[in-house]
Amino acid sequence: MIIGVPKEIHTGERRVAIVPSGVTALREMGFDVLVESCAGDNADYANAKYEEVGAKIAKDANEVWSNCDLIVKVREPMESEIDKMNVDSTLISFFWPAKNESLLKKITTKHATVLAMDCIPRISRAQKMDALSSMANIAGYRAVIEAANEFPHFFTGQITAAGKINPAKVLIIGGGVAGLAALGAAKSLGAIVRAFDTRLAVREQVESLGGEFLELDFPDEDGEGGGGYAKTMSDEFIQAEMKLFAEQAIEVDIIITTALIPGKEAPKLITAGMVESMREGSVIVDLAAEQGGNCALTKPNEKVVHQGVTILGYTDLPSRMAALSSRLYCAGIVHLIDEMGGNDEYNIDHENEVIRGALVTQDGTITWPPPKPKNPGPKYSADSGKRPEKESAPVADLKENEKPCPFLKISKIVVMLAVAVGIYIAGSSLPEQDEFVQRFIDQLTVFVLACFVGWQVIWNVKPALHTPLMSVTNAISGIIIIGGILQISRPEIDASVILGAVAILLAAINVVGGFLVTNRMLAMFRQ
Amino acid sequence: MSDNVVIICYIIAAILFILSLGGLSNQESARRGNWFGIIGMLLALVAVTASKEVTAYGLLAISIFPAVVIGGFLAARVKMTEMPELVAILHSFVGAAAVLVGLSLQQDSTAVHHAGIAGTIHNIEIFVGVCIGAITFTGSIVAFAKLRGSISGSPLLLPARHLLNLVIVGATIWLGMEFVSHGVIENPLVSLLIAMVLTGILGIHLVMAIGGADMPVVVSMLNSYSGWAAAAAGFMLGNNLLIIVGALVGSSGLILSLFMCRGMNRSLISVILGGFGTGDGGGGGAVQTPEGDITAIEAGATAQLLNEAKSVIIVPGYGMAVAQAQHTIATITKKLRANGTKVLFAIHPVAGRLPGHMNVLLAEANIPYDIVLELDEINDDFASTDVVLVIGANDIVNPSALDDPNSPIAGMPVLEVWNAKDVIVMKRSMGTGYAGVQNPLFFNDNTSMLFGDAGENVDAILADM
Repeated sequence: MIIGVPKEIHTGERRVAIVPSGVTALREMGFDVLVESCAGDNADYANAKYEEVGAKIAKDANEVWSNCDLIVKVREPMESEIDKMNVDSTLISFFWPAKNESLLKKITTKHATVLAMDCIPRISRAQKMDALSSMANIAGYRAVIEAANEFPHFFTGQITAAGKINPAKVLIIGGGVAGLAALGAAKSLGAIVRAFDTRLAVREQVESLGGEFLELDFPDEDGEGGGGYAKTMSDEFIQAEMKLFAEQAIEVDIIITTALIPGKEAPKLITAGMVESMREGSVIVDLAAEQGGNCALTKPNEKVVHQGVTILGYTDLPSRMAALSSRLYCAGIVHLIDEMGGNDEYNIDHENEVIRGALVTQDGTITWPPPKPKNPGPKYSADSGKRPEKESAPVADLKENEKPCPFLKISKIVVMLAVAVGIYIAGSSLPEQDEFVQRFIDQLTVFVLACFVGWQVIWNVKPALHTPLMSVTNAISGIIIIGGILQISRPEIDASVILGAVAILLAAINVVGGFLVTNRMLAMFRQ
Repeated sequence: MSDNVVIICYIIAAILFILSLGGLSNQESARRGNWFGIIGMLLALVAVTASKEVTAYGLLAISIFPAVVIGGFLAARVKMTEMPELVAILHSFVGAAAVLVGLSLQQDSTAVHHAGIAGTIHNIEIFVGVCIGAITFTGSIVAFAKLRGSISGSPLLLPARHLLNLVIVGATIWLGMEFVSHGVIENPLVSLLIAMVLTGILGIHLVMAIGGADMPVVVSMLNSYSGWAAAAAGFMLGNNLLIIVGALVGSSGLILSLFMCRGMNRSLISVILGGFGTGDGGGGGAVQTPEGDITAIEAGATAQLLNEAKSVIIVPGYGMAVAQAQHTIATITKKLRANGTKVLFAIHPVAGRLPGHMNVLLAEANIPYDIVLELDEINDDFASTDVVLVIGANDIVNPSALDDPNSPIAGMPVLEVWNAKDVIVMKRSMGTGYAGVQNPLFFNDNTSMLFGDAGENVDAILADM
């Protein structure tokens, strides 16, 4: 198969999807690679470098699009590019299906298959393909560099013969990959760095990089919304948060904001008033500029100076380090193609959760969003950090739910039918007029139903809870105490009564002990 | 209280029990689930006490009061490492209670005597209830003794044990027919008592034949039996609540056992019939014996390795429970995490002697449950891990399960610790695990053995960190 690499035509886009080292890797998998002439020029990869490793150079975009059935790109395709696309071909690129619905519709007219790099699930196994993280990492670093460029002071503090220079103070909002990368870069330039995130779990990561984690003076609200995602915070919380930013704005020299809500406009966290309260010469870098910005005064792709404060709204930060970001992006693509089986075993495996997650259309049918319990979007962290431990759990569950063994299902139904028929036959073969027999049949029905209920209820239990579950079922099976209680009320005390009383004693120990010990155990489980 | 009100109470109680089990399948709802169970039980007890059939309040109080004290005392005092024993002994109580209820009913002179087929059904109900109760009772006592270490954990294998089981089952069925028809043995009580003793022996024999490594499955099977015993009591008394609850517990215990078996890649039948760990489980070929040198390591060097590591995975096994090392491990974990080291716990489905045993111990030591991961979640992470600390586990980290088709544990999913950069195995000696299989992991170049008592060793590591 031939993999085509067209030149990016989006204004200001300097990256290229495949770098020469990627060509080598793809050729080892058995692919041929066709690169549009000058595709890598802006990222310092000249045609000659591609030719050295065995790629063919196409003279223009048309040649790439018409000759290749697998196209790899960085940005989502422009409409003009989709027009050039072969019918039934495959595209791997960023796609942002939530934002680009019309594009998605258009590309289905080409019977295309699209794997979106931005839809790769963020599980530990897929980290090597996670282009969002690698791009966020670069953006975070570059944000600090751009800020330093505009900032008319040192980052680090110095005491010199000519006087004392205070270190710069940097505030980072959002502790995802970009935020943490910015934190690390600013810290190593010598600044005092503070970071804020609604998820308290980020604290550890911030502190591990030498940053100071800002906490709200707010009673225990954690933005961790289960599954490692942030949840929507209460109004009071948002007020307290804004107050914190206002206080910080007066103190700090540089603010880097990274708060994104996927599919929505970025939250406005820095008001015009806060900007005006900052010292002259201060810098704000708004990494959310493309989604409207976290700062009220941000203009996308522009540098704005407002009362001496510079606000950078650049949306092409990874592109400004095109050689590196192309290399990292290319690594993600190569790993994804490898995951799909390379050239020889190339296939789109729906059972593979990574590929199924990335797949947004297949042969013209929209397959996005993947069948997965939809998680609430991370609030301040479209670029949120690695959370492999957390996210792998739901995926494991998903596998169970998604692929019920068909045999099991059928055998279950067969067993149920057999039991029902069995009860019916047993019931009709017995003399119906006997009240006791009738009661027995009813009881048998209840029994069978209860078995199935038990089966269903327990099916999804987490292994961590097996012990408490067992001790609670044990306590519940102490219900046999009722059997004892029903036996003790006789006119005189005989063997039957004594046996019943002993049964009560034993069963009651079981009930009390079982429930109390379960309670004790469960009290210990904490997050 | 009228019969109808009692029945309504029973229905509500049954629903509460279902909610209780459902709640227990998730950490967030687990405590609420337990409360549902408690409320359901109270409701059921109040309803039955207030019903017309019950008048002997004095006797009821006398038999319940000491039980509440004993039960409360047991629950408050038990150490988390002794949890398996407690659960086992409590199961035996349910079994005993089922036997007693059956005998009591058989002795009951006031009960209505049914004629014809109805009488037969009733007698069968009593007979089955007593037999299941007896198996549960003696089986649980043996499990309890094995877990306590009062008797050896290794399987007791009598010659022709399967035949013995079959004979007992056959004899019991014959006695059951006698009990109903009074053919040879005229007094039905005699045939019932003989059957009780026989099934009691069967219970002992079944559990004696099962090795220590299969104990989690056994405990959960006994849990299931205790449910069936309660359901059988429900049939004989004509009480729907007992039937429902018994069936719930019985089927849930069965599922739990199936899960456990799936974790070991074995069939439930082969576990119940026992005999594992004697070498006859293999595929017939010779089991490979690992060769090579082992590397020993000291606590000080271990501490050094841990201090330098960026990521650590701790694999606890039964040895941790025995040594009660979980608290020291929690302190070590805290220290490592404060240094910025990533620490995770890997729990094999059958680690310990009770399903979920390790989770309970780690929770007791205040280790947050989000860093405690299951086999499927963590197996890919070993390759990117600096140090793996195996504490008193053996079979669950044995690579021969994957690469030696003749190994008795072939095919069992194991934690692939050997993919990590360094593996430290804390063990008492070079002895084999419960499955009786030698572990090639110990001979790997990147494996170091830290011999001695796990408790003392973790203390020493903590001191040196």
